[in-house]
Amino acid sequence: MSLRRYAARRLAIGAVQVLAVVTVVFLLVQALPGDAAVALAGDNPDPRRIEEIRTAMGLDRPPLDRFGGWLWGLVHGDFGVSLISGRPVVEFLHDGLGPTLVLALLALVLLIPLSVLLGVLAALREGGVLDRIVTTVTVGLHSIPEFALAVVLIALFGVQLQWLPPTAVGADLLAEPAVLVLPLVVLVARPLCSISRLVRAGMIDALASDYVRHARRLGIGVNRVRFAHALPTALAPAVQQVARTTDWLLGGVIVVEAVFVIPGLGTTLVDAVAGRDLPVVQGLAVVFAVTTVVVNLVADLVVFRLAPRSVAIA
Amino acid sequence: MHPLNRRGFLGLTAGLSIAALTGCGTASGPASTASTPRDGGRLRAAFAGGGAKEVLDPHLANLFVEAARSKALYDKLADLGPDVSAQPRLAEKWEPDATLTHWRITLRQAAFHNGQPVRADDVLASYARILDPGRAFRAKSSLALIDLPNSRAVDDRTVEFALKRPFVEFPNALAAFGAYIVPAGTEDFTKPVGSGPFSFVSFEPGKSVLLKRYAEYWEGAPHLDELEFVIANEESARANALLGGQVEYAHDLTPTTARSHAASDRMAIHRAPNSAVQAFAMKLDRPPFDNSDLREALFLLADRPQLVESVLAGSGQVGNDLFGKGYQHYADDIPQRTRDLDKAKFLIRRAGAEGLTVKLDTSTAAAGMVEAATVFADQVKGSGLTIEVVTGNKDSYWADTLKNGSLSSFRSGAMPIETHIAQRLLTGSGTNVTKWARPEFDALYDKAVSTVDAAERGAVYREMQRSLHTEGGYLMWGFADWIVGAAPRVGGISTAPANTLDWARFDKVWLG
Repeated sequence: MSLRRYAARRLAIGAVQVLAVVTVVFLLVQALPGDAAVALAGDNPDPRRIEEIRTAMGLDRPPLDRFGGWLWGLVHGDFGVSLISGRPVVEFLHDGLGPTLVLALLALVLLIPLSVLLGVLAALREGGVLDRIVTTVTVGLHSIPEFALAVVLIALFGVQLQWLPPTAVGADLLAEPAVLVLPLVVLVARPLCSISRLVRAGMIDALASDYVRHARRLGIGVNRVRFAHALPTALAPAVQQVARTTDWLLGGVIVVEAVFVIPGLGTTLVDAVAGRDLPVVQGLAVVFAVTTVVVNLVADLVVFRLAPRSVAIA
Repeated sequence: MHPLNRRGFLGLTAGLSIAALTGCGTASGPASTASTPRDGGRLRAAFAGGGAKEVLDPHLANLFVEAARSKALYDKLADLGPDVSAQPRLAEKWEPDATLTHWRITLRQAAFHNGQPVRADDVLASYARILDPGRAFRAKSSLALIDLPNSRAVDDRTVEFALKRPFVEFPNALAAFGAYIVPAGTEDFTKPVGSGPFSFVSFEPGKSVLLKRYAEYWEGAPHLDELEFVIANEESARANALLGGQVEYAHDLTPTTARSHAASDRMAIHRAPNSAVQAFAMKLDRPPFDNSDLREALFLLADRPQLVESVLAGSGQVGNDLFGKGYQHYADDIPQRTRDLDKAKFLIRRAGAEGLTVKLDTSTAAAGMVEAATVFADQVKGSGLTIEVVTGNKDSYWADTLKNGSLSSFRSGAMPIETHIAQRLLTGSGTNVTKWARPEFDALYDKAVSTVDAAERGAVYREMQRSLHTEGGYLMWGFADWIVGAAPRVGGISTAPANTLDWARFDKVWLG
């Protein structure tokens, strides 16, 4: 099968997966106790008012009818409107996607070169001082959950020393890059470990492999062997991990968004679920599902280019 | 229908969590550098909010941040004063006729931000919008007693409201949550135009709203040049943003935060007492609490100071089983109940309830409720009665406890005592969780709301409260403070209860 046909088939399967995800999300939100009317009515609500809100929102229509209508709109590129504010869901997705993309892209720009560099350096002197330091630091960072690291960094650099803004509240992320420093450190800390460890392991394997030794025997320069022959093979497993990390970042890392007040997709999701704002939740489910499918497809294609033997395309 | 919805109340809720706190002064912290009012500057205020619900339509307002923004942009005809009684706002005065069914309201000389005067037609159109049968605005039930087709604009500054029944407390309805006056015909609130102290500049949903001083405000221009509302859902983030100098006002902090920063030179703590009542609700229409001895036993088993100390972390005051401590018409002449284990034991024996186990329904729908239920269950031990705490689903909690069970946790924000009675204690009340339904009590309410003389009316309210105190189903054990943090240079922050006019009111605030 050609690469193109493979990609097309994966995309078709992806479309089915997206449909399955939104159906399951719809059913799950239906199964949650309370609906948008109950969430909106608040403490000690008068049951009559809940009924009024329900009618005004169209929640008295049968669930299947509502889901069908939403799906029909989606096919036509219409994500619908928020039950609660009446704003188009597309606006929510657009507003949340900006901060999430900025954070995800910057995190990847830092993460990929840094983890490859650390992994390769550690592998070249396996068991050496540098290897031990890199291993200790990255494993240490990996064992701290995001929220704990965030809280400590804010307390120290944001509140005590006042070197950096403790939150991004009300800030324009690109105009005030200082607010991004702490969230980026938190986002990069854990994946840095997993990816650099994979690069290191891959590199050690590759350097010990027959083809690298053969290349050396043919008289190819040591650096050329390391970086043109060994490294691409060594990166293949790390690419899958980068894909998972990318997917995680693009989903809006809820804890980081909440602690640093970054109104990205994660925050949008939490608000929408709390308000039982089903059209917004479903819109986000579509975005997250499409992201996952596309990111994994791209990762597979990249791996295929790097190390054709390692992916069985059949 | 007062403001305290669930998300917004994450607010009060958060305020009611853990930790012990010392005194309950109204403002503590460092000596304020903000003693003399000064004009100018931009104040940034951090509130919790929900991206999905944030809208600038003041009639849809629901969350605290929406209430605070609506108040900055718009006016109501009346609003609640520090004693939670209706005070004239856009209405300069109100005069009922002898039957209390026709009210003549004279509007102030005020203008919207676009320069147009606030007219009687705007008032009628705003109320018609709220009362639209196809919609579900929050103020609808409060304004439902207005007979709109028979109400009219006498002239540009005079409205005559016809009511469906005599109601001397009509100003309470004019002060209802969300009953704001918008220019007639407004349906698009993307660039809101109101008559409030600040006018609109820009809005980024879920993130910030920027407003600027409205120099022509009828009550005098605000001190601040600009006011920016920013959203930070996490309490810790609001506190950090304040400590880091990113905002000057952090709404709704926990007692723990207040205590840790009480002596800080970066944060001044402002407390608004009596902002929310904490209670247990017993249902009178079913066993076991259809027995008044058993209700009294429960009243006597509550160790209120301990509940306030542990559940409210000391940031509150004890309650006397009556709503609205410190509010207008509150019966403060009724002696404070205290714990009396012996008498409670005797009453339980007399009710034949020894060895009885009662389920206490609670949930995390409002913070502090589960903790209070647990502490109370402990206090009841040794009385012959056992309380079993059942933690239910928080999302359907209010609907569940309105119908089911016999004993449940309860909380409520501030509202006039009349409104509390009308919504919860009449035979036909929509949220009558204690099932208190007594024709003679209903008759007293009808008498109160048709008694013109304020002192006489007050006497009727006191009589009603006396019967609630002895016979009622609400064990109201405490009133929680509302806690706000601000930069020490911010002056003019009021300590009126949350939901009243002066709460989160920024036209009186200045940056020193």
